[in-house]
Amino acid sequence: MKRGATIAWLAFLFSVPLWMGDLYVLHVLIVTGIFIIAAMSLNLLLGYTGQLSLGHVAFFGIGAYVSSLVALGFEAHLLPGWLVRLEPKPVWLAMLCGIVFAGLSGWVIGKVSFKVRGAYFVIVTVSFAEVVRLVALNWVELTQGPMALNNIPPLRLGIPGLFELSFLRKPANYYLVLVVAVVSYMLIRRLVNSRAGRAMIALRENEPLANSVGVDVTRVLVLATMISAAMAGAAGALYAHYVRIVDPDVFLFIYTVTMVIMVIAGGKGTLAGPIVGGLIFGLLPEVLRALQIAPEVQWVVYGVLMILVVYFLPDGIVPAARGWWQRRREAPAAGAAPGSPTPEAAR
Amino acid sequence: MDQLLQHGLNALILGGTYALLGIGLTLIFGIMRVVNFTHGELYSFGAYMMFMWVMFAGVNFFLALVLAVVLGVALGAAIEFLLLRRLRGADIDTTMLVMIGAWIALQNAEQFAWSGVAKSIDNPFPSSPLVLGPVSVSWNRLFVFVVALVLIAGSYALINRTRLGKAMRATFQDRETASLMGVEIGFIHTATFALGSGLAAAAGALLGPVFVVYPTMGDLASLKAFAIVILGGLGSIPGATIGGFILAFMEELGAGYVSSGFRDGMGFLLIILILLVKPTGLFAQKERIG
Amino acid sequence: MTGSAGIELAVEGLTIRFGGLTAVDGMTFQVRTGEVLSLIGPNGAGKTSAFNAITGYIEAVGGDMRYRGTRLNGLKPNQIAALGVVRTFQKTSVFAGQSVHDNVLIGLHLRSRQQPLAILLGLPSVAREEKALLAEAEAILRFVGLQARAAQVASSLPYGELRLLEVAVALAAQPKLLLLDEPVSGMNPVETESFMRLLGEIRAQGVTVLLVEHDMKMVMGVSDRIVCLNHGRIIADGTPAEIRGNSEVVRAYLGERYARAHG
Repeated sequence: MKRGATIAWLAFLFSVPLWMGDLYVLHVLIVTGIFIIAAMSLNLLLGYTGQLSLGHVAFFGIGAYVSSLVALGFEAHLLPGWLVRLEPKPVWLAMLCGIVFAGLSGWVIGKVSFKVRGAYFVIVTVSFAEVVRLVALNWVELTQGPMALNNIPPLRLGIPGLFELSFLRKPANYYLVLVVAVVSYMLIRRLVNSRAGRAMIALRENEPLANSVGVDVTRVLVLATMISAAMAGAAGALYAHYVRIVDPDVFLFIYTVTMVIMVIAGGKGTLAGPIVGGLIFGLLPEVLRALQIAPEVQWVVYGVLMILVVYFLPDGIVPAARGWWQRRREAPAAGAAPGSPTPEAAR
Repeated sequence: MDQLLQHGLNALILGGTYALLGIGLTLIFGIMRVVNFTHGELYSFGAYMMFMWVMFAGVNFFLALVLAVVLGVALGAAIEFLLLRRLRGADIDTTMLVMIGAWIALQNAEQFAWSGVAKSIDNPFPSSPLVLGPVSVSWNRLFVFVVALVLIAGSYALINRTRLGKAMRATFQDRETASLMGVEIGFIHTATFALGSGLAAAAGALLGPVFVVYPTMGDLASLKAFAIVILGGLGSIPGATIGGFILAFMEELGAGYVSSGFRDGMGFLLIILILLVKPTGLFAQKERIG
Repeated sequence: MTGSAGIELAVEGLTIRFGGLTAVDGMTFQVRTGEVLSLIGPNGAGKTSAFNAITGYIEAVGGDMRYRGTRLNGLKPNQIAALGVVRTFQKTSVFAGQSVHDNVLIGLHLRSRQQPLAILLGLPSVAREEKALLAEAEAILRFVGLQARAAQVASSLPYGELRLLEVAVALAAQPKLLLLDEPVSGMNPVETESFMRLLGEIRAQGVTVLLVEHDMKMVMGVSDRIVCLNHGRIIADGTPAEIRGNSEVVRAYLGERYARAHG
């Protein structure tokens, strides 16, 4: 996107809480924003590196749980006979812990993924997410199981005595999520347009060739998974301190599916894809709900829509839109060189 | 000791149906290379069919069972024909997404049609269990076990003794050569998907009356089916069979001696451990990388 | 780690088996620094298998491969590339969905020193290096003659240019020893001629070249030495003139009757 358009777009986004009076709409935007951050992180792994990771919600949930537990403090046996007690810590520190833990689990999965590729990897990642969910559900001493972690404190920033920013209300959370989303986007863009990003794409497109020019597959996989997981963890932490209740349902497979839909329908391997996909599939349920359609039918529409997008726009919406825009521009210009489509350069 | 025997017996019975699930998926996954997310939905479809025919239409229990399986086969063929055909040759995530879309649509259609309330299905067996020394088993479950064994044997016979089975095996080993030798790959795909789905539906139809029927029952079934396929190695029917029993045993032992909460987690833990040690599964004959 | 008396690659007793089939049987040869050595032989003689073993894509069941003294056995392909040994593939292998320019940029992977943290922080050193890499990529494209195609998607290139792109990507990885697997197969005579010139220029840059090729005109034209394989074994090793007159080679390629008729 051109500079001017980007700035205008950002200005618009930043202005929303100033004129949007409907708090419910703000809520929807906040949750959608959190999902977009998670989708962008998944895009790094699924879109750019080509790894079929279907356990992404595990990182999201780990970020949420770790952040909540550190912020609330806990007392539990981490190992039989070893009682650990942690006093509540400031939320910004808790969030950092959430991100770090999510990143570490990403590191583990990255190491594993080298041995287990393709469709097998799909199953391992799905299983991983299920195991984490079951742990959260059953390790009641630590996680409160299905009774959920309650009263999670919101983020508070500031210098005690001087000023304090509390992210309790919706507008504040909107800005927080927006800032994190913009930062995440920038990080991904930097990564993708660099040596590391090119190595990921190389791995996805042609692994033997990538090997032959010195790309270390394991390192690339681990890096991609780690960053992807850490970012998902950040989204999870944001979620935890916004809704302020976290239960094992946060690990449900359906949320991974939502992220996957956002990435693939939006356009995997493009920067804008997860954002477009996120907006569409984040706001779609609300639109359907406003039309008074029963929740189950909403999901059926969701499913059918997914299938249609995959059939008719297999690369996703963003590349299709770009292609269409390209053809419109080239049509009147007779001098367009035949058979030389301009590729999607550093998106 | 008695408890152990009882757990063992339960595992044996559960394992039979798990094996059906696993065999169905290993065929689909192995021959078509499709990550079939609708497998669990065929399982719940089978269960819901039993519910519908027995409780609504008053059809004879055993006839309903046959109907459920036949309809499962039909649904599988329909899914393959309508959705997967066009995707032949597309990359794996595209197919995956379509399967996920179908899964969402199917599950919610079921929920819409029958609501989320769990349903139970009457069965014609005597309610007092059969007691065999220190262990006991309900007639219903015994029936399930017998039918499962019959179906497992039937699958094995189909794959190894019939022309269709031979064509399927050829397609699994080397698609291009099979095609060159005259195997109609399109038909094999439809047949494989239909057969695998039928087995899943059978598993659901058998277990539905044993437990209860609810819309999301297919999800765990799907995941377990994948666990079994990995355990047993892609495309291996004996592997899937043994894998099914192993998983059932791990679950029973886990539930009995560790904690019932971790019952379902056992399977997944097992997969992850096995894949780390032997990425091709326990019984895979051919090296597969992705 | 400097090679002994200018020996770039030393292969000794290389044996490769696939199940029951012995693809390469006790292959021993050397490539001297700065020379162009061609590996010839009928299809199935084991040439590509040897390549695959040398560059770490398959495991050799026996034998020793050393690059300038460093043992290659057991190393991963990317490690071998880092040593300076880069290969191309028999079947056209590029990053199809990427532009020609980006293909070469990927090939420059080893040239770049950017660390992930620096990348994420957006440090100016990263931007500086990116600029340098862009210039490098352009230079390489000019060297092989593809600069006009820089912005095009690789998959849209005509066959001859695709093969040039493969070489460009391999050159980007800064090889000291370049292994080319049938680089001109499928090329017309004009393209082959042009490639032979390119090869001369690559060689002038100091790169040692190990070539697998069927095109005899090219092989005779560019090689300093030729090694001929048949059934996994070396049957001849010498200068083009020596090989041309070698009856074993003729027999291997064209059969016993031809050899007797023309021998």
